[in-house]
Amino acid sequence: MKQLLILSGKGGTGKTTIASAFIRLADAKAYADCDVDAPNLHLITGQNSDPIKTDYYGLPKAEINSKSCIECDQCRQGCRFDAISAEKIYKVDPLACEGCGVCKVVCPVDAISLKPAVAGELMMYTNEEKVFSTAQLKMGSGTSGKLVAEVKKQLKSAAVDVELAIIDGSPGIGCPVIASLSGADMVLIVAEPSVSGISDMERIIKTAAKFGTKTAVCVNKFDTNLDNTDKIEVFCEKEGLHFVGKIPFDSEAVKAINNGRTITDINCSSGAAVKEVYNKTMELFNKVVG
Amino acid sequence: MRIAVLSGKGGTGKTLVSVNLAATAKMSIYIDCDVEEPNGYLFFKPEDVQEEAISVKIPKVDNELCNGCRKCIGFCKFNALAYIKDKLIVFDEVCHSCSGCVMLCPEKALSEKEKIIGRVQKGTSDQVAVYTGILNVGEASGIPVIKKLLVENKLKADKHTFIDCPPGSACTVIESIKDADYCILVAEPTLFGVHNLNMVYELVRLFGKQYGVILNKCLEEENPAEKFCLEKNIKILGRIPFDTELGTLNSNAEIAVRKSEKYLDMFSLLLEAVTREV
Repeated sequence: MKQLLILSGKGGTGKTTIASAFIRLADAKAYADCDVDAPNLHLITGQNSDPIKTDYYGLPKAEINSKSCIECDQCRQGCRFDAISAEKIYKVDPLACEGCGVCKVVCPVDAISLKPAVAGELMMYTNEEKVFSTAQLKMGSGTSGKLVAEVKKQLKSAAVDVELAIIDGSPGIGCPVIASLSGADMVLIVAEPSVSGISDMERIIKTAAKFGTKTAVCVNKFDTNLDNTDKIEVFCEKEGLHFVGKIPFDSEAVKAINNGRTITDINCSSGAAVKEVYNKTMELFNKVVG
Repeated sequence: MRIAVLSGKGGTGKTLVSVNLAATAKMSIYIDCDVEEPNGYLFFKPEDVQEEAISVKIPKVDNELCNGCRKCIGFCKFNALAYIKDKLIVFDEVCHSCSGCVMLCPEKALSEKEKIIGRVQKGTSDQVAVYTGILNVGEASGIPVIKKLLVENKLKADKHTFIDCPPGSACTVIESIKDADYCILVAEPTLFGVHNLNMVYELVRLFGKQYGVILNKCLEEENPAEKFCLEKNIKILGRIPFDTELGTLNSNAEIAVRKSEKYLDMFSLLLEAVTREV
């Protein structure tokens, strides 16, 4: 399975809008949403069946048995995450606990145990020979990178003979993005022609380069700032990055999304432009994966 | 008064709102906690910038002392250690700095060393103190950078402090809102916007925070985010219209309230609405 990953650095540039259009245009048989702490792809890919749901266990959470606790304070001193408080009794704040297990090791009376904790939910839709893997991180949970890895694992195990997978990523450059880059054959970056968008694009390009992933760039809402769009094109040329096209701002796009449809499902200017971006991207992608 | 600005979905206008509110409040503090993709400094263009490196403690191996017992590997929940070809290897990027491996090593082959993962910058723009956290490219977690940003500012609670949060609802957002007195949720009128607004709405309730919503990019048409607020009985602090002039100023990283009276009036009303709530 070859993976095309869609990223942006900055949030709200149009990753999901473009990913959903690509899924439609490619008639993709495998796709995933790796933006586990704000997933949206399921809202417009038109699943008509219920998903298979699996609880996702992150790292365990420490628990102190107050009956055995001798209040020696070693756990509190040893915790690097300030997760243990000592007011009336010694207690673990489950939102701060990262489940490392240091407190359990330092406790001289074995009063601390590590309890499994559900940190999210994996969902898998399979219909018409299509596999869609997604997940939702539970409120207040960390370890989103690990859940991203599970989303991809779930996709791979269910879509064995599928050649192409389209993966919607998350904003930023941190752990969920790094987890989504693992195994990706190419990244398409959706840039936005703003000063912020350019700064964020440069940081995500550097991140992808660090992991050796081939990168292409497109600009969304390019006509909202033509000067900045030019800057992005010049930047790509200078850096030897593939520029695969630009998509105009289109109020019809918002309407399509709000009706749960992709921009290629209706007749609109952004839908027409995304087709060209898709063709160029896939031409490059096919070269990359050989 | 510490006010966190968050949204769930990216690109709804967190930075627009927090930068312009801080500039409107004049003697204020702006803290950019979106350390993976900080943008506030691009607007403020702060002067007299001082910089401090942020480091975390990671294990260092003395392979002369390591006898390959693998106790550390068995303990590490983050899979940050491996024994390959008679050598203990540390994967810095996934280490959470819990120090458990160092504590457990019977041979004392592990010690801790500092590793720089990012930096914090402090500068001023007119009367606004501007703090920016920047995570180094390739690093997984910005939490230590965010912690440093917020600890520094704990003592200055008398000023209006605006905390520009990262998108999403995961650990970095939680860290950013932890000590906030009030949360502003910025929402855009799309299906995606509402879905992610619901997530941060649940998050701020989970943490027992006071909160209100600013509706951004408002059009004439029906606003699904507004509908959501009315259904859930969420306080609407104000509305920012969809406006190409504002959009252009914002995309050029200009602070709207410093460029036009019209926007200064608009954000002054928003600031009043927020101040009334806190």
